[in-house]
Amino acid sequence: MIYDIITVCWRDWLVLKRRLGRFILARMISPILYLVAFGWGLGSQIQAYQGRYIDFVVPGILALNSMLLSFNAVGSPLNMSRLYHKTLEEYLVAPISYTSFVFGKILSGMLRGFISSSVIILLAYLFGAHFKLGLVFWFVLVLNCALFAALGFVAAMYMGSHEEMANFNTYVLTPMSFLCGTFFTADRLPVLMQYVLEVLPLTHTSHALRQAAGSGELLWSSALVMILYTAGFIGISIVKMRQCKE
Amino acid sequence: MISINKLTKKYGERTALAEVSLTIGQGEIFGLLGPNGAGKTTLIRILNRLTAFDSGEITMQGTPLTMNSKALQTAIGLVPQHINLDGELTVLENLELHGRLYHLPKEERKVRIKELLSYVELADRADDFVQKLSGGMKRRLMIARALLHQPRLLFLDEPTVGLDPQVRRRLWDLILSLSSQGLTVLLTTHYIEEAEALCQRVAIMEKGRLIACDTPQAMRQKLGTYAVEWVDSAGIKTEFFTERPKALSFIEQLAGNAVLRDTNLEDVFVELTGRKVSP
Ligand SMILES: Nc1ncnc2c1ncn2[C@@H]1O[C@H](COP(=O)(O)OP(=O)(O)O)[C@@H](O)[C@H]1O
Ligand SMILES: [Mg+2]
Repeated sequence: MIYDIITVCWRDWLVLKRRLGRFILARMISPILYLVAFGWGLGSQIQAYQGRYIDFVVPGILALNSMLLSFNAVGSPLNMSRLYHKTLEEYLVAPISYTSFVFGKILSGMLRGFISSSVIILLAYLFGAHFKLGLVFWFVLVLNCALFAALGFVAAMYMGSHEEMANFNTYVLTPMSFLCGTFFTADRLPVLMQYVLEVLPLTHTSHALRQAAGSGELLWSSALVMILYTAGFIGISIVKMRQCKE
Repeated sequence: MISINKLTKKYGERTALAEVSLTIGQGEIFGLLGPNGAGKTTLIRILNRLTAFDSGEITMQGTPLTMNSKALQTAIGLVPQHINLDGELTVLENLELHGRLYHLPKEERKVRIKELLSYVELADRADDFVQKLSGGMKRRLMIARALLHQPRLLFLDEPTVGLDPQVRRRLWDLILSLSSQGLTVLLTTHYIEEAEALCQRVAIMEKGRLIACDTPQAMRQKLGTYAVEWVDSAGIKTEFFTERPKALSFIEQLAGNAVLRDTNLEDVFVELTGRKVSP
Protein backbone atom coordinates (compact mmCIF):
# COMPACT_ATOMS: atom_id res chain seq x y z
CA MET A 1 0.00 0.00 0.00
CA ILE A 2 2.71 2.50 1.01
CA TYR A 3 4.81 1.26 -1.89
CA ASP A 4 1.93 1.86 -4.31
CA ILE A 5 1.34 5.35 -2.95
CA ILE A 6 5.01 6.10 -3.50
CA THR A 7 4.81 4.75 -7.04
CA VAL A 8 1.94 7.09 -7.88
CA CYS A 9 3.83 10.05 -6.36
CA TRP A 10 7.05 9.01 -8.04
CA ARG A 11 5.47 9.38 -11.45
CA ASP A 12 4.21 12.87 -10.66
CA TRP A 13 7.51 13.82 -9.12
CA LEU A 14 9.38 12.77 -12.30
CA VAL A 15 7.17 15.12 -14.27
CA LEU A 16 7.47 17.97 -11.78
CA LYS A 17 11.23 17.57 -11.33
CA ARG A 18 11.86 18.21 -14.99
CA ARG A 19 10.23 21.61 -14.86
CA LEU A 20 10.81 22.54 -11.24
CA GLY A 21 12.63 25.75 -12.17
CA ARG A 22 9.90 26.90 -14.50
CA PHE A 23 7.25 25.75 -12.03
CA ILE A 24 8.67 27.86 -9.21
CA LEU A 25 9.20 30.88 -11.43
CA ALA A 26 5.64 30.74 -12.72
CA ARG A 27 4.31 30.35 -9.17
CA MET A 28 5.99 33.62 -8.16
CA ILE A 29 4.14 35.83 -10.60
CA SER A 30 0.64 36.06 -9.18
CA PRO A 31 1.75 36.21 -5.51
CA ILE A 32 4.07 39.10 -6.39
CA LEU A 33 1.18 40.87 -8.10
CA TYR A 34 -1.05 40.30 -5.08
CA LEU A 35 1.65 41.52 -2.73
CA VAL A 36 2.29 44.62 -4.80
CA ALA A 37 -1.38 45.43 -5.32
CA PHE A 38 -2.76 44.56 -1.90
CA GLY A 39 0.35 44.83 0.22
CA TRP A 40 2.09 47.91 -1.06
CA GLY A 41 -0.56 49.64 -3.15
CA LEU A 42 -3.83 49.16 -1.35
CA GLY A 43 -2.23 48.35 1.99
CA SER A 44 -0.51 51.70 2.31
CA GLN A 45 -3.80 53.51 1.72
CA ILE A 46 -6.19 51.69 3.99
CA GLN A 47 -6.23 51.22 7.70
CA ALA A 48 -6.54 47.52 8.36
CA TYR A 49 -8.25 45.88 11.27
CA GLN A 50 -5.67 45.53 13.97
CA GLY A 51 -2.39 46.01 12.21
CA ARG A 52 -0.92 46.48 8.83
CA TYR A 53 -2.97 45.31 5.89
CA ILE A 54 -0.07 43.34 4.42
CA ASP A 55 0.13 41.22 7.56
CA PHE A 56 -3.58 40.64 7.27
CA VAL A 57 -3.55 39.73 3.60
CA VAL A 58 -0.57 37.33 3.50
CA PRO A 59 -2.42 34.42 5.16
CA GLY A 60 -5.30 35.07 2.76
CA ILE A 61 -3.02 34.96 -0.26
CA LEU A 62 -1.47 31.74 1.05
CA ALA A 63 -4.88 30.18 1.58
CA LEU A 64 -6.16 30.97 -1.87
CA ASN A 65 -2.90 30.12 -3.59
CA SER A 66 -2.43 26.75 -1.95
CA MET A 67 -6.08 26.02 -2.76
CA LEU A 68 -5.65 26.78 -6.46
CA LEU A 69 -2.32 25.02 -6.75
CA SER A 70 -3.29 21.79 -5.04
CA PHE A 71 -6.64 21.65 -6.78
CA ASN A 72 -5.21 22.17 -10.23
CA ALA A 73 -2.22 19.90 -9.64
CA VAL A 74 -4.65 16.99 -9.29
CA GLY A 75 -7.86 18.05 -11.02
CA SER A 76 -6.96 18.94 -14.54
CA PRO A 77 -4.30 16.28 -15.25
CA LEU A 78 -6.45 13.54 -13.73
CA ASN A 79 -9.49 14.65 -15.70
CA MET A 80 -7.44 14.58 -18.92
CA SER A 81 -5.96 11.23 -17.99
CA ARG A 82 -9.41 9.78 -17.42
CA LEU A 83 -11.13 11.21 -20.49
CA TYR A 84 -8.55 11.88 -23.20
CA HIS A 85 -5.23 10.16 -22.65
CA LYS A 86 -6.83 7.14 -20.99
CA THR A 87 -3.71 6.71 -18.89
CA LEU A 88 -5.93 6.23 -15.85
CA GLU A 89 -6.74 2.77 -17.22
CA GLU A 90 -3.16 1.70 -16.65
CA TYR A 91 -3.75 2.29 -12.93
CA LEU A 92 -7.25 0.78 -12.95
CA VAL A 93 -5.92 -2.42 -14.45
CA ALA A 94 -2.76 -2.63 -12.32
CA PRO A 95 -2.77 -4.59 -9.05
CA ILE A 96 -2.85 -1.51 -6.86
CA SER A 97 -5.77 -0.47 -4.72
CA TYR A 98 -7.96 2.51 -5.55
CA THR A 99 -7.13 3.91 -2.13
CA SER A 100 -3.42 3.90 -2.87
CA PHE A 101 -4.02 5.73 -6.10
CA VAL A 102 -6.18 8.36 -4.43
CA PHE A 103 -3.67 8.97 -1.66
CA GLY A 104 -0.76 9.04 -4.10
CA LYS A 105 -2.43 11.66 -6.27
CA ILE A 106 -3.46 13.78 -3.31
CA LEU A 107 0.04 13.67 -1.85
CA SER A 108 1.61 14.82 -5.06
CA GLY A 109 -0.98 17.59 -5.33
CA MET A 110 -0.07 18.60 -1.79
CA LEU A 111 3.59 18.68 -2.70
CA ARG A 112 2.95 21.25 -5.41
CA GLY A 113 0.83 23.35 -3.09
CA PHE A 114 3.53 23.11 -0.46
CA ILE A 115 6.34 24.20 -2.77
CA SER A 116 4.44 27.19 -4.02
CA SER A 117 3.37 28.15 -0.51
CA SER A 118 7.01 28.14 0.54
CA VAL A 119 7.81 30.45 -2.34
CA ILE A 120 5.09 32.85 -1.23
CA ILE A 121 6.22 32.82 2.37
CA LEU A 122 9.71 33.81 1.25
CA LEU A 123 8.31 36.55 -0.96
CA ALA A 124 6.07 37.82 1.83
CA TYR A 125 9.08 38.23 4.10
CA LEU A 126 10.87 40.08 1.33
CA PHE A 127 7.89 42.41 1.10
CA GLY A 128 8.22 43.10 4.80
CA ALA A 129 5.26 41.16 6.18
CA HIS A 130 5.32 39.95 9.78
CA PHE A 131 3.71 36.70 10.82
CA LYS A 132 4.41 33.76 13.11
CA LEU A 133 5.61 30.83 11.07
CA GLY A 134 5.18 27.96 13.49
CA LEU A 135 4.18 24.34 13.36
CA VAL A 136 0.50 25.25 13.61
CA PHE A 137 0.75 27.53 10.62
CA TRP A 138 2.35 24.82 8.50
CA PHE A 139 -0.19 22.29 9.72
CA VAL A 140 -3.12 24.41 8.58
CA LEU A 141 -1.43 25.17 5.28
CA VAL A 142 -0.68 21.52 4.52
CA LEU A 143 -4.18 20.53 5.59
CA ASN A 144 -5.54 23.07 3.13
CA CYS A 145 -3.40 21.55 0.38
CA ALA A 146 -4.80 18.10 1.21
CA LEU A 147 -8.36 19.41 1.26
CA PHE A 148 -8.20 20.97 -2.18
CA ALA A 149 -6.08 18.24 -3.75
CA ALA A 150 -8.86 15.88 -2.67
CA LEU A 151 -11.50 18.24 -4.07
CA GLY A 152 -9.48 18.29 -7.29
CA PHE A 153 -9.72 14.51 -7.39
CA VAL A 154 -13.47 14.58 -6.85
CA ALA A 155 -13.96 17.21 -9.55
CA ALA A 156 -11.79 15.26 -12.00
CA MET A 157 -13.98 12.20 -11.50
CA TYR A 158 -17.28 14.06 -11.92
CA MET A 159 -16.54 16.58 -14.65
CA GLY A 160 -17.20 15.20 -18.12
CA SER A 161 -14.81 17.36 -20.08
CA HIS A 162 -11.91 19.73 -19.88
CA GLU A 163 -14.36 22.57 -20.33
CA GLU A 164 -16.42 21.50 -17.33
CA MET A 165 -13.22 21.45 -15.28
CA ALA A 166 -12.59 25.05 -16.32
CA ASN A 167 -16.15 25.93 -15.34
CA PHE A 168 -15.65 24.37 -11.94
CA ASN A 169 -12.71 26.70 -11.49
CA THR A 170 -14.74 29.71 -12.57
CA TYR A 171 -17.89 29.01 -10.59
CA VAL A 172 -16.49 27.43 -7.44
CA LEU A 173 -12.84 28.26 -6.87
CA THR A 174 -12.65 31.84 -8.11
CA PRO A 175 -15.55 33.10 -5.96
CA MET A 176 -14.08 31.31 -2.95
CA SER A 177 -10.66 32.81 -3.56
CA PHE A 178 -12.10 36.32 -3.30
CA LEU A 179 -14.82 35.94 -0.70
CA CYS A 180 -13.61 33.46 1.88
CA GLY A 181 -11.88 35.85 4.22
CA THR A 182 -8.84 36.12 2.01
CA PHE A 183 -8.71 39.87 1.35
CA PHE A 184 -11.23 41.11 3.91
CA THR A 185 -13.24 39.71 6.78
CA ALA A 186 -16.81 38.84 6.09
CA ASP A 187 -18.32 40.77 9.01
CA ARG A 188 -19.46 43.71 6.90
CA LEU A 189 -21.15 41.56 4.29
CA PRO A 190 -24.91 40.83 4.36
CA VAL A 191 -25.76 38.35 7.11
CA LEU A 192 -27.09 35.71 4.78
CA MET A 193 -23.88 35.80 2.79
CA GLN A 194 -21.87 35.43 5.98
CA TYR A 195 -23.70 32.21 6.74
CA VAL A 196 -22.99 30.87 3.29
CA LEU A 197 -19.33 31.77 3.59
CA GLU A 198 -19.08 30.04 6.96
CA VAL A 199 -19.93 26.77 5.22
CA LEU A 200 -17.18 27.05 2.63
CA PRO A 201 -13.89 25.36 3.49
CA LEU A 202 -11.59 28.17 2.40
CA THR A 203 -13.14 30.53 4.94
CA HIS A 204 -11.94 28.21 7.66
CA THR A 205 -8.48 28.04 6.16
CA SER A 206 -8.27 31.83 6.19
CA HIS A 207 -9.45 32.02 9.79
CA ALA A 208 -7.14 29.29 10.99
CA LEU A 209 -4.12 30.59 9.11
CA ARG A 210 -4.66 34.12 10.36
CA GLN A 211 -5.02 32.90 13.93
CA ALA A 212 -1.81 30.85 13.58
CA ALA A 213 0.04 33.77 12.01
CA GLY A 214 -1.02 36.06 14.82
CA SER A 215 -1.01 34.14 18.07
CA GLY A 216 0.46 30.86 16.88
CA GLU A 217 -2.54 28.99 18.22
CA LEU A 218 -4.67 26.42 16.43
CA LEU A 219 -8.26 27.40 15.74
CA TRP A 220 -9.75 24.03 16.59
CA SER A 221 -13.22 24.52 15.19
CA SER A 222 -11.93 25.54 11.77
CA ALA A 223 -9.29 22.81 11.69
CA LEU A 224 -12.01 20.29 12.47
CA VAL A 225 -14.20 21.55 9.63
CA MET A 226 -11.23 21.29 7.28
CA ILE A 227 -10.43 17.75 8.40
CA LEU A 228 -14.06 16.71 7.86
CA TYR A 229 -14.08 18.19 4.38
CA THR A 230 -10.82 16.47 3.52
CA ALA A 231 -11.98 13.10 4.80
CA GLY A 232 -15.26 13.49 2.92
CA PHE A 233 -13.56 14.32 -0.37
CA ILE A 234 -11.13 11.43 0.02
CA GLY A 235 -14.04 9.09 0.67
CA ILE A 236 -15.91 10.28 -2.42
CA SER A 237 -12.73 9.94 -4.48
CA ILE A 238 -12.30 6.30 -3.51
CA VAL A 239 -15.93 5.51 -4.25
CA LYS A 240 -15.73 7.24 -7.62
CA MET A 241 -12.60 5.27 -8.49
CA ARG A 242 -14.49 2.05 -7.85
CA GLN A 243 -17.33 3.18 -10.09
CA CYS A 244 -15.01 4.36 -12.80
CA LYS A 245 -16.25 1.68 -15.19
CA GLU A 246 -18.98 1.89 -17.71
CA MET B 1 -7.72 -20.81 -19.53
CA ILE B 2 -10.62 -18.46 -20.19
CA SER B 3 -14.20 -19.54 -20.34
CA ILE B 4 -17.03 -17.18 -21.04
CA ASN B 5 -20.63 -18.23 -20.64
CA LYS B 6 -23.60 -16.25 -21.93
CA LEU B 7 -21.95 -12.90 -21.42
CA THR B 8 -24.33 -10.01 -21.97
CA LYS B 9 -23.63 -6.30 -21.87
CA LYS B 10 -26.00 -3.46 -22.64
CA TYR B 11 -25.27 0.24 -22.98
CA GLY B 12 -28.73 1.60 -22.27
CA GLU B 13 -30.91 0.21 -25.04
CA ARG B 14 -28.02 -0.86 -27.22
CA THR B 15 -26.78 -4.40 -26.80
CA ALA B 16 -23.01 -4.53 -27.10
CA LEU B 17 -22.73 -8.24 -26.29
CA ALA B 18 -25.56 -10.75 -26.51
CA GLU B 19 -25.07 -14.08 -24.74
CA VAL B 20 -21.52 -14.61 -25.94
CA SER B 21 -20.03 -17.95 -24.97
CA LEU B 22 -16.54 -19.15 -25.80
CA THR B 23 -13.51 -20.84 -24.35
CA ILE B 24 -9.89 -20.09 -25.00
CA GLY B 25 -7.28 -22.76 -24.38
CA GLN B 26 -3.82 -22.54 -22.89
CA GLY B 27 -1.18 -21.38 -25.37
CA GLU B 28 -3.66 -20.57 -28.08
CA ILE B 29 -3.77 -17.51 -30.31
CA PHE B 30 -7.45 -16.76 -30.37
CA GLY B 31 -8.89 -14.11 -32.65
CA LEU B 32 -12.05 -12.06 -32.30
CA LEU B 33 -12.92 -10.97 -35.81
CA GLY B 34 -15.65 -8.53 -36.65
CA PRO B 35 -16.42 -5.11 -38.11
CA ASN B 36 -16.29 -1.92 -36.04
CA GLY B 37 -18.98 -1.90 -33.42
CA ALA B 38 -19.17 -5.69 -33.20
CA GLY B 39 -18.37 -5.64 -29.49
CA LYS B 40 -14.75 -6.79 -29.54
CA THR B 41 -13.39 -3.97 -27.41
CA THR B 42 -16.27 -4.31 -25.00
CA LEU B 43 -15.39 -7.97 -24.47
CA ILE B 44 -11.70 -7.22 -23.89
CA ARG B 45 -12.54 -4.42 -21.49
CA ILE B 46 -14.87 -6.66 -19.53
CA LEU B 47 -12.14 -9.27 -19.21
CA ASN B 48 -9.95 -6.54 -17.72
CA ARG B 49 -12.68 -5.28 -15.41
CA LEU B 50 -12.68 -1.90 -17.10
CA THR B 51 -16.31 -2.35 -18.04
CA ALA B 52 -19.01 -3.98 -15.95
CA PHE B 53 -21.19 -6.65 -17.53
CA ASP B 54 -24.88 -7.32 -17.02
CA SER B 55 -25.09 -11.09 -16.90
CA GLY B 56 -23.16 -14.24 -17.63
CA GLU B 57 -20.09 -15.86 -16.12
CA ILE B 58 -16.41 -15.54 -16.80
CA THR B 59 -13.70 -17.72 -15.35
CA MET B 60 -10.03 -17.19 -15.97
CA GLN B 61 -7.51 -19.77 -14.84
CA GLY B 62 -10.27 -21.40 -12.86
CA THR B 63 -11.07 -18.23 -10.93
CA PRO B 64 -14.37 -16.44 -11.47
CA LEU B 65 -13.92 -12.85 -12.53
CA THR B 66 -15.50 -10.28 -10.25
CA MET B 67 -15.46 -6.55 -10.71
CA ASN B 68 -13.51 -5.59 -7.66
CA SER B 69 -10.90 -8.29 -7.37
CA LYS B 70 -7.48 -7.59 -8.71
CA ALA B 71 -6.28 -11.14 -8.05
CA LEU B 72 -6.15 -12.10 -11.71
CA GLN B 73 -4.50 -8.94 -12.80
CA THR B 74 -0.87 -9.98 -12.62
CA ALA B 75 -1.60 -12.89 -14.95
CA ILE B 76 -2.86 -10.54 -17.65
CA GLY B 77 -1.08 -8.21 -20.03
CA LEU B 78 -3.29 -5.70 -21.81
CA VAL B 79 -2.61 -3.75 -24.98
CA PRO B 80 -5.68 -1.54 -25.41
CA GLN B 81 -7.02 -0.28 -28.71
CA HIS B 82 -6.12 3.35 -28.05
CA ILE B 83 -2.59 4.47 -27.23
CA ASN B 84 -2.55 5.02 -23.48
CA LEU B 85 1.13 5.55 -22.85
CA ASP B 86 2.07 8.35 -20.50
CA GLY B 87 3.03 11.21 -22.81
CA GLU B 88 4.83 13.11 -20.09
CA LEU B 89 7.27 10.26 -19.49
CA THR B 90 10.04 8.74 -21.59
CA VAL B 91 9.95 5.23 -23.03
CA LEU B 92 12.05 3.94 -20.16
CA GLU B 93 10.00 5.72 -17.52
CA ASN B 94 6.76 4.31 -18.91
CA LEU B 95 8.13 0.81 -18.45
CA GLU B 96 9.62 1.66 -15.08
CA LEU B 97 6.22 2.92 -13.88
CA HIS B 98 4.52 -0.25 -15.04
CA GLY B 99 7.17 -2.37 -13.33
CA ARG B 100 6.58 -0.54 -10.08
CA LEU B 101 2.81 -0.81 -10.38
CA TYR B 102 3.18 -4.57 -10.77
CA HIS B 103 5.64 -4.82 -7.89
CA LEU B 104 8.63 -6.10 -9.80
CA PRO B 105 11.76 -5.92 -7.66
CA LYS B 106 14.27 -3.32 -8.74
CA GLU B 107 16.86 -5.67 -10.21
CA GLU B 108 14.33 -7.73 -12.10
CA ARG B 109 12.77 -4.55 -13.42
CA LYS B 110 16.07 -3.39 -14.83
CA VAL B 111 16.83 -6.68 -16.50
CA ARG B 112 13.34 -7.21 -17.91
CA ILE B 113 13.08 -3.68 -19.27
CA LYS B 114 16.41 -4.01 -21.02
CA GLU B 115 15.46 -7.37 -22.50
CA LEU B 116 12.07 -6.21 -23.67
CA LEU B 117 13.30 -2.96 -25.17
CA SER B 118 15.65 -4.86 -27.42
CA TYR B 119 12.99 -7.50 -28.07
CA VAL B 120 10.64 -4.86 -29.47
CA GLU B 121 13.57 -3.02 -31.08
CA LEU B 122 13.30 0.16 -29.09
CA ALA B 123 16.56 -0.05 -27.15
CA ASP B 124 17.95 3.07 -28.81
CA ARG B 125 14.80 5.07 -28.03
CA ALA B 126 14.75 4.43 -24.29
CA ASP B 127 15.24 8.06 -23.30
CA ASP B 128 12.93 9.58 -25.88
CA PHE B 129 9.61 11.00 -24.89
CA VAL B 130 6.71 8.89 -26.03
CA GLN B 131 5.27 11.63 -28.24
CA LYS B 132 8.32 11.38 -30.48
CA LEU B 133 7.65 7.75 -31.39
CA SER B 134 5.86 6.63 -34.53
CA GLY B 135 2.58 4.74 -34.33
CA GLY B 136 4.26 1.38 -34.77
CA MET B 137 6.83 2.14 -32.10
CA LYS B 138 4.14 3.17 -29.64
CA ARG B 139 2.29 -0.05 -30.31
CA ARG B 140 5.47 -2.07 -29.73
CA LEU B 141 6.17 -0.15 -26.55
CA MET B 142 2.66 -0.98 -25.33
CA ILE B 143 3.32 -4.64 -26.05
CA ALA B 144 6.62 -4.47 -24.16
CA ARG B 145 4.81 -2.82 -21.27
CA ALA B 146 2.12 -5.49 -21.24
CA LEU B 147 4.78 -8.23 -21.16
CA LEU B 148 6.93 -6.68 -18.47
CA HIS B 149 5.33 -8.47 -15.55
CA GLN B 150 5.42 -11.81 -17.36
CA PRO B 151 1.71 -12.41 -17.81
CA ARG B 152 0.38 -15.77 -18.92
CA LEU B 153 -2.35 -14.15 -20.95
CA LEU B 154 -1.94 -11.36 -23.45
CA PHE B 155 -4.89 -9.31 -24.72
CA LEU B 156 -4.29 -7.29 -27.87
CA ASP B 157 -7.11 -5.02 -29.01
CA GLU B 158 -6.63 -4.20 -32.70
CA PRO B 159 -2.86 -4.28 -32.36
CA THR B 160 -2.07 -3.37 -35.96
CA VAL B 161 -4.74 -0.82 -36.80
CA GLY B 162 -3.31 2.16 -38.62
CA LEU B 163 0.11 0.60 -39.18
CA ASP B 164 1.77 0.25 -42.56
CA PRO B 165 2.16 -3.26 -44.01
CA GLN B 166 5.82 -3.93 -43.12
CA VAL B 167 5.32 -2.80 -39.56
CA ARG B 168 2.24 -4.99 -39.34
CA ARG B 169 4.24 -8.00 -40.54
CA ARG B 170 6.86 -7.41 -37.85
CA LEU B 171 4.19 -7.22 -35.21
CA TRP B 172 2.74 -10.49 -36.45
CA ASP B 173 6.15 -12.13 -36.12
CA LEU B 174 6.43 -10.75 -32.62
CA ILE B 175 3.03 -12.14 -31.65
CA LEU B 176 3.81 -15.54 -33.14
CA SER B 177 7.10 -15.73 -31.27
CA LEU B 178 5.35 -14.83 -28.02
CA SER B 179 2.84 -17.59 -28.57
CA SER B 180 5.60 -20.10 -29.26
CA GLN B 181 6.91 -19.30 -25.78
CA GLY B 182 3.67 -20.51 -24.27
CA LEU B 183 1.74 -17.30 -23.87
CA THR B 184 -2.01 -17.42 -24.45
CA VAL B 185 -3.00 -14.61 -26.80
CA LEU B 186 -6.43 -13.12 -27.34
CA LEU B 187 -6.48 -10.56 -30.11
CA THR B 188 -9.20 -8.62 -31.85
CA THR B 189 -9.05 -7.47 -35.41
CA HIS B 190 -11.17 -6.38 -38.30
CA TYR B 191 -8.50 -7.48 -40.77
CA ILE B 192 -9.28 -10.84 -42.33
CA GLU B 193 -5.62 -11.49 -43.28
CA GLU B 194 -4.56 -10.86 -39.73
CA ALA B 195 -6.93 -13.42 -38.31
CA GLU B 196 -5.87 -15.92 -40.98
CA ALA B 197 -2.16 -15.32 -40.52
CA LEU B 198 -2.09 -15.48 -36.75
CA CYS B 199 -4.99 -17.23 -35.15
CA GLN B 200 -5.42 -20.89 -34.40
CA ARG B 201 -9.07 -20.27 -33.70
CA VAL B 202 -11.30 -17.42 -34.67
CA ALA B 203 -14.62 -16.21 -33.32
CA ILE B 204 -16.61 -14.14 -35.77
CA MET B 205 -18.67 -11.43 -34.14
CA GLU B 206 -21.31 -9.17 -35.47
CA LYS B 207 -23.51 -6.71 -33.63
CA GLY B 208 -22.65 -8.21 -30.27
CA ARG B 209 -23.39 -11.76 -31.28
CA LEU B 210 -20.95 -14.57 -31.81
CA ILE B 211 -21.90 -16.13 -35.12
CA ALA B 212 -19.14 -18.69 -35.58
CA CYS B 213 -16.20 -20.00 -33.65
CA ASP B 214 -13.74 -22.47 -35.12
CA THR B 215 -10.34 -22.85 -36.76
CA PRO B 216 -9.98 -20.85 -39.97
CA GLN B 217 -9.48 -24.08 -41.93
CA ALA B 218 -12.65 -25.65 -40.57
CA MET B 219 -14.64 -22.53 -41.39
CA ARG B 220 -13.37 -22.53 -44.94
CA GLN B 221 -14.02 -26.24 -45.33
CA LYS B 222 -17.57 -25.91 -44.11
CA LEU B 223 -18.20 -23.39 -46.83
CA GLY B 224 -16.15 -25.20 -49.48
CA THR B 225 -12.43 -24.71 -49.97
CA TYR B 226 -12.72 -23.58 -53.59
CA ALA B 227 -14.39 -20.37 -54.58
CA VAL B 228 -15.44 -19.43 -58.09
CA GLU B 229 -15.96 -15.76 -58.63
CA TRP B 230 -17.53 -14.14 -61.67
CA VAL B 231 -19.29 -10.98 -62.67
CA ASP B 232 -22.80 -10.82 -64.02
CA SER B 233 -25.34 -8.05 -64.42
CA ALA B 234 -26.07 -8.05 -60.65
CA GLY B 235 -22.41 -7.62 -59.66
CA ILE B 236 -19.75 -9.97 -58.31
CA LYS B 237 -21.00 -13.45 -57.58
CA THR B 238 -19.29 -16.26 -55.72
CA GLU B 239 -20.00 -19.96 -55.55
CA PHE B 240 -18.20 -22.41 -53.23
CA PHE B 241 -17.12 -25.98 -53.90
CA THR B 242 -15.57 -28.68 -51.78
CA GLU B 243 -13.87 -30.34 -54.73
CA ARG B 244 -11.70 -28.75 -57.35
CA PRO B 245 -13.03 -30.66 -60.41
CA LYS B 246 -16.57 -29.56 -59.63
CA ALA B 247 -15.42 -25.97 -59.41
CA LEU B 248 -13.62 -26.25 -62.76
CA SER B 249 -16.59 -27.76 -64.52
CA PHE B 250 -18.76 -25.01 -63.08
CA ILE B 251 -16.43 -22.44 -64.60
CA GLU B 252 -16.75 -24.15 -67.99
CA GLN B 253 -20.50 -23.87 -67.86
CA LEU B 254 -20.22 -20.15 -67.24
CA ALA B 255 -19.96 -18.17 -70.41
CA GLY B 256 -18.12 -15.11 -69.04
CA ASN B 257 -14.86 -14.61 -67.17
CA ALA B 258 -14.61 -16.53 -63.95
CA VAL B 259 -11.72 -17.12 -61.56
CA LEU B 260 -10.98 -19.98 -59.22
CA ARG B 261 -9.42 -19.09 -55.87
CA ASP B 262 -9.17 -20.36 -52.32
CA THR B 263 -12.00 -19.57 -49.96
CA ASN B 264 -11.01 -17.10 -47.24
CA LEU B 265 -12.49 -15.84 -44.00
CA GLU B 266 -13.97 -12.86 -45.78
CA ASP B 267 -16.17 -15.30 -47.71
CA VAL B 268 -17.13 -16.99 -44.48
CA PHE B 269 -18.07 -13.68 -42.96
CA VAL B 270 -20.08 -12.55 -45.98
CA GLU B 271 -21.91 -15.87 -46.10
CA LEU B 272 -22.76 -15.70 -42.44
CA THR B 273 -23.80 -12.08 -42.24
CA GLY B 274 -24.55 -10.96 -45.76
CA ARG B 275 -22.07 -8.12 -45.43
CA LYS B 276 -18.38 -7.47 -45.58
CA VAL B 277 -16.07 -7.11 -42.59
CA SER B 278 -14.20 -4.06 -43.79
CA PRO B 279 -16.29 -1.91 -46.11
N1 LIG C 1 -18.86 3.57 -23.41
C1 LIG C 1 -19.84 3.25 -24.26
N2 LIG C 1 -21.06 3.79 -24.12
C2 LIG C 1 -22.06 3.48 -24.95
N3 LIG C 1 -21.95 2.63 -25.97
C3 LIG C 1 -20.76 2.04 -26.18
C4 LIG C 1 -19.65 2.32 -25.33
N4 LIG C 1 -18.60 1.60 -25.77
C5 LIG C 1 -19.04 0.90 -26.83
N5 LIG C 1 -20.34 1.15 -27.09
C6 LIG C 1 -21.16 0.54 -28.14
O1 LIG C 1 -21.04 -0.86 -28.06
C7 LIG C 1 -20.93 -1.43 -29.33
C8 LIG C 1 -19.66 -2.26 -29.41
O2 LIG C 1 -18.54 -1.42 -29.41
P1 LIG C 1 -17.05 -1.95 -29.37
O3 LIG C 1 -16.95 -3.00 -28.33
O4 LIG C 1 -16.16 -0.78 -29.24
O5 LIG C 1 -16.88 -2.60 -30.80
P2 LIG C 1 -15.57 -3.01 -31.59
O6 LIG C 1 -14.42 -2.95 -30.66
O7 LIG C 1 -15.86 -4.38 -32.09
O8 LIG C 1 -15.43 -2.03 -32.71
C9 LIG C 1 -20.98 -0.29 -30.33
O9 LIG C 1 -22.30 -0.21 -30.81
C10 LIG C 1 -20.62 0.91 -29.52
O10 LIG C 1 -21.25 2.04 -30.03
MG1 LIG D 1 -12.69 -1.94 -30.85
